Amino acid sequence: MSASLLYALAGVALCGIGLFGFITLAHLLRKLLAFNLIGSGVFLVLVGLAQRHGEPDPVPQALVLTGIVVAIAATALAVVLIRRYFHLSGHTTLRAETPERVPGRLKPQTRGDNPE
Amino acid sequence: MILGLMAGLLFTPLAWAVLTLLSGFERSRLISWLGILIQSLVSFALWAAVASEGGFHYQLGGWPAPLGIELRVDGLAVTFVMLTAVVGGACGWHAGIYLDPKKNWHRYFWPLFWFLWAGLNGVWLGADLFNLYVALELISLSAVGLVALGGQADALRAAIRYLMAALLGSLAYLLGVALIYGQFGSLSMGGISELLPAGSGQAGLIFALVLMIAGLALKTALFPLHGWLPPAHGIAKSPVSALLSALVVKASFYIAARLWLEFGEHLGSYGLAQLVGALGGVGVLWGSWLAFRQTRLKQVVAYSSVAQIGYLFLLFPLSWGVSEAVSLQAQQGMTLQVISHALAKAAMFLAAGNLIMSVGSNRVDALAGVSRFLPFSLFSFGLAGVSLMGLPPTGGFAAKWLLLQASLGSGQWWWLIVLLGGGLLSAAYVFRVYRASFIENSDTDLFFHPSRSLEVIPMILALLSLGLGLVAEPVLSVMALPFSKGGGG
Amino acid sequence: MRRSVGIRAVAGVCLAFVIALGLAVLGIAETPAHVDLPELLLESMGQSGVEHPVTAVLLNFRSYDTLLEIGVLVIAGIAGISVSRTTSLEDPELRTSDSLLYALQRWFVPLMLVLAGYLLWAGADRPGGAFQAGAVLAATGVMMRLGGIPMDFLRPGILLRLGLALGFAVFLLIALASAIGGEAFLAYPPAVAKQLIILIETVLTLSIAMVLLALFVSAPVNRAAEPGEGESP
Repeated sequence: MSASLLYALAGVALCGIGLFGFITLAHLLRKLLAFNLIGSGVFLVLVGLAQRHGEPDPVPQALVLTGIVVAIAATALAVVLIRRYFHLSGHTTLRAETPERVPGRLKPQTRGDNPE
Repeated sequence: MILGLMAGLLFTPLAWAVLTLLSGFERSRLISWLGILIQSLVSFALWAAVASEGGFHYQLGGWPAPLGIELRVDGLAVTFVMLTAVVGGACGWHAGIYLDPKKNWHRYFWPLFWFLWAGLNGVWLGADLFNLYVALELISLSAVGLVALGGQADALRAAIRYLMAALLGSLAYLLGVALIYGQFGSLSMGGISELLPAGSGQAGLIFALVLMIAGLALKTALFPLHGWLPPAHGIAKSPVSALLSALVVKASFYIAARLWLEFGEHLGSYGLAQLVGALGGVGVLWGSWLAFRQTRLKQVVAYSSVAQIGYLFLLFPLSWGVSEAVSLQAQQGMTLQVISHALAKAAMFLAAGNLIMSVGSNRVDALAGVSRFLPFSLFSFGLAGVSLMGLPPTGGFAAKWLLLQASLGSGQWWWLIVLLGGGLLSAAYVFRVYRASFIENSDTDLFFHPSRSLEVIPMILALLSLGLGLVAEPVLSVMALPFSKGGGG
Repeated sequence: MRRSVGIRAVAGVCLAFVIALGLAVLGIAETPAHVDLPELLLESMGQSGVEHPVTAVLLNFRSYDTLLEIGVLVIAGIAGISVSRTTSLEDPELRTSDSLLYALQRWFVPLMLVLAGYLLWAGADRPGGAFQAGAVLAATGVMMRLGGIPMDFLRPGILLRLGLALGFAVFLLIALASAIGGEAFLAYPPAVAKQLIILIETVLTLSIAMVLLALFVSAPVNRAAEPGEGESP
């Protein structure tokens, strides 16, 4: 088993851990971190599996660079949205019935017709 | 000439995104309307060119696959490019009038709109697995940006949920691509489908295909992964909802369909096909039922999207292990379903936006009395509903008819239950909206009348969806075009 | 009780997923790849204009991916500044009054700028390039912002949007120029490939840094919210 294949299997483990975190964690920022973990796992699998015979392959490395930039863009956008959501509603999760409100922060806006 | 058209098709939306980023709302609106005209003409010219000369491969950068990225311009691709031009153009036109110019964040609608269009074209024409991933991300992020535009807490909630679902789906797809690249060393779909029969390590490849389809199904809101769709499509502004339901969810489905049609023969199985079809069928019935029970108008339309998307996944069982003729019928039915649903759903959302603007409330029972006041928009809504129900001569009917024939032709009669039951349930929720609007309510006589052009646009789309059944033949003949012999770019 | 059962079920599913994925990876690992892409690459490297294969793939062979990916970055930037409705960047929350940081900046910022420039230059024949340089440049900007330096070009306005769009626009124009010349979209003439790539990389570095920095400073402090459709404000 070459070193690259070991990286690929480590990537598999990361995917699993990230998936577990993504599904079970409720806090949005932690979900985002779990998503990044899955992303890193996928990148490791991509490069590790392709280079398993020991020779470096520039194509998956370039793909991973592109993937990292895309993941950064998505993560940054998610952070901005989550921050604004928190400022407007005081919630850090998407489950409105168990709010984690920080004392002293904005109260959520009351609306006449509460959805769902 | 064709090379010029291709360059124009790729260049225009991206260039317009840059132009509209640098201007305010009103100037961007004018620029965009010009851009819609140009892009529609280019799309139509490309469609006509492929219809007469057949499909071809377009090499970006002049490098052949698998070294470079190739675009596959065949009949199905240009049909979808045309569809994007028609529906996207209508929504862009509507948005220019519908959105309030005084709110200066609305200026960001235009660049996001153009990037969305560029991403959609990238998906229809794409034949490189990783390029499809980047195009999907382009679409997802602009869609999320469009949903969050305005920034109130509900919209942000819906946008965040949508973003999380979209990102997870994309990663599942990318993981599948990683496995396939590991096996084949190539990212070109055409190249891989040629190598497939000789491929060993099949179990790994089957897992890769399952992963990719699962990720794409999440992005297409297949039951039971549909939870993100109703909030996002229901809360966004009407032109945005129209774009999302009509085109964005179809992009991930298109990729799943292409993967299934090219790789499914060797990597798919009867069980997998039936499972996907069954989930689609449950989605049709469950989504229609939930649509019937919603209290807010746009949520009715959003759940109706969940239902209609279920029909699309009937392609999977109806094109695996069946004869050529039946498979072609299933593909044609799927294409017609996509086109007619896109037209009808866009018409529905735009008309719903007009109705909501008119009565000042987004509840279904607040629509009382609007039938006298805003009959045009209500009529567009109804016509679109007729297409969703699948009554002749609409496109929806033609699509369901083809799927019905494919079901019977392949001996899978159980899909009839889905097709007929779904039609009945969609009648239920459309008529519910109509019933609410025909109630004479003397309390409210304060209706705001939206401008005429806002009412014309959904009517045009609804009429197109209605007449689609009549012009189905030329559309379908182009869709199934094989590549011209010796053609290439 | 229910919650722990639910978590254990999810853990079981994830474990099954990991095992299946691991088996898939091992199964695929046993077969040799069918297409030898690195070899195809080596044959065409001479025409690509750069010496480092990864840069060649990113900016020449698969430049369409890079174009779209910059588009994704710009979209994230646009969406980020569209939800931030504040016109003032003088938010005290985001500025530190730490004098140590303020002093250290005078050492770090020039060093980081030089590092960014080096990474951009080195991309031609060793690992480096636009993204790495852009990330370092963005980090420099973040540090300056945390250290209390107001950067006026980041105020929402035409300059910000120009900065976001510039790299992408130049890349797009170069892509179109080759199409006008009769070649396919994005085909560089081999004679000027190297110069074009350097130009693209430079403007990309600036744009990438701008997008990341704009997303960092999109601080949502404005409390106003827009009413939804059909609801009164």
